[in-house]
Amino acid sequence: MPSSASELLLQALPQLAGGAAQTLAISLLGILFATLGGVLYGVLATLGNRALNITLQVYLELFRAIPVLVWLYLVFFGLPIFFALSIPSFWCAVLVLGLWGASEVGEVVRGALRSLPRGQREAGLSIGLAGWQLYGYVLLPQALKRMTPPTINIYTRIIKTSSLAVLIGVVEVIKAGQQIIERTYESVLIYGALFLFFFIVCYPLSAASRVLERRWAHS
Amino acid sequence: MTLDTAFILTTLPAFLKAVGVTLQVGLIAIVTSLLVALVNATLLVLRTPYLWRLVKAYVELARNTPLLIQLFFVYFALPSLGLKISGFAAAIITMTFMGGAYLTEVLRAGVEAVPRAQLESGRSIGLSEGQLLRHVVLPQAGILSLPALFANFIFLLKETTVVSAVAVPEILYTTKNYIALYYKTYEMLTVLTLLCVLLFLPLSLLLRHVERRLQHAQFGV
Repeated sequence: MPSSASELLLQALPQLAGGAAQTLAISLLGILFATLGGVLYGVLATLGNRALNITLQVYLELFRAIPVLVWLYLVFFGLPIFFALSIPSFWCAVLVLGLWGASEVGEVVRGALRSLPRGQREAGLSIGLAGWQLYGYVLLPQALKRMTPPTINIYTRIIKTSSLAVLIGVVEVIKAGQQIIERTYESVLIYGALFLFFFIVCYPLSAASRVLERRWAHS
Repeated sequence: MTLDTAFILTTLPAFLKAVGVTLQVGLIAIVTSLLVALVNATLLVLRTPYLWRLVKAYVELARNTPLLIQLFFVYFALPSLGLKISGFAAAIITMTFMGGAYLTEVLRAGVEAVPRAQLESGRSIGLSEGQLLRHVVLPQAGILSLPALFANFIFLLKETTVVSAVAVPEILYTTKNYIALYYKTYEMLTVLTLLCVLLFLPLSLLLRHVERRLQHAQFGV
């Protein structure tokens, strides 16, 4: 048996690090899909197509009305029975975080694009830019400053929410912690370490978001 | 695949109770969070020596860690320090811890959003600091933070699903329970989805409406 808290933490470190790697993998993949999906959502939502707007609205409201944890269970239990599709719980978590994140990032991108002066779109079209050129060279670069701070905030929410994956059986950092607690009964120490882990990952992002928001507020 | 409606009917009383638990946990957490936030935001806005730094630290800690870890800490780790509490109590404590931090930020941002010119005009017509606060700052800060407050209330209500992890019999826990007991996965997921849409969608739409109304209201200021 380990004699001190620091010794125990040292022994537990490899296992915790393994779990932390899973947590970060889920989070990063979720963030990647949320960003790609969110930009796509934002662009599609500003094209002015009625049917498209209604579809995106339904998608958004479904992800706003139904909590992420419920989505996790719907995908985890639902995919096998509705689509005879069984995917590992790791990818269930990535899928849900990506889709949920995309709706959140998408609304930010849409708002940022809409805040640009109309003249930008008209000027781009009048010099003969194609749709993708208009968004790629004119609109999205200008919207970048406005959408970055809130998007970073969504990233921290995705990282925090990735912790729910433990509830559908993903062996991520909380599960690793629980396994150590089962062996050692050091619940205060291990949960304290988990607290610290998430804080160390999320706090710099929150702080960066705040700094960028203040710096770009007047530009 | 057919829906076993007869089975669903037998579960309805349990789900009705579960909705009650969801609302109970959510509403209690909203009220207690608001109380915590009122005290904290006051300390922040008035820059009460030492205490405002403590409040800042609390807000950062609570906002940058997952609710689930906070919940597990309260429910699984505190007992080993001699504090044994029920799942329900752990749920309320944790949601107040997190909600209090979020709402503190909302209220602080509301007060800071009141234009400086409002304060200066108030002083220039000879209002005392107390009058300034009561008649100028707080009414405007209240309106300004209303949409964000409301959004956070809905957020807290939805977060109650997380406390299913410590066996609080709300809607998600009840769903999982029935799935484990009777394998009626299809039926129970349908009920759960419908309940979420019925409970949270109207609130979410109402929020959007309020946000739009207040946006227009600002043009008149």
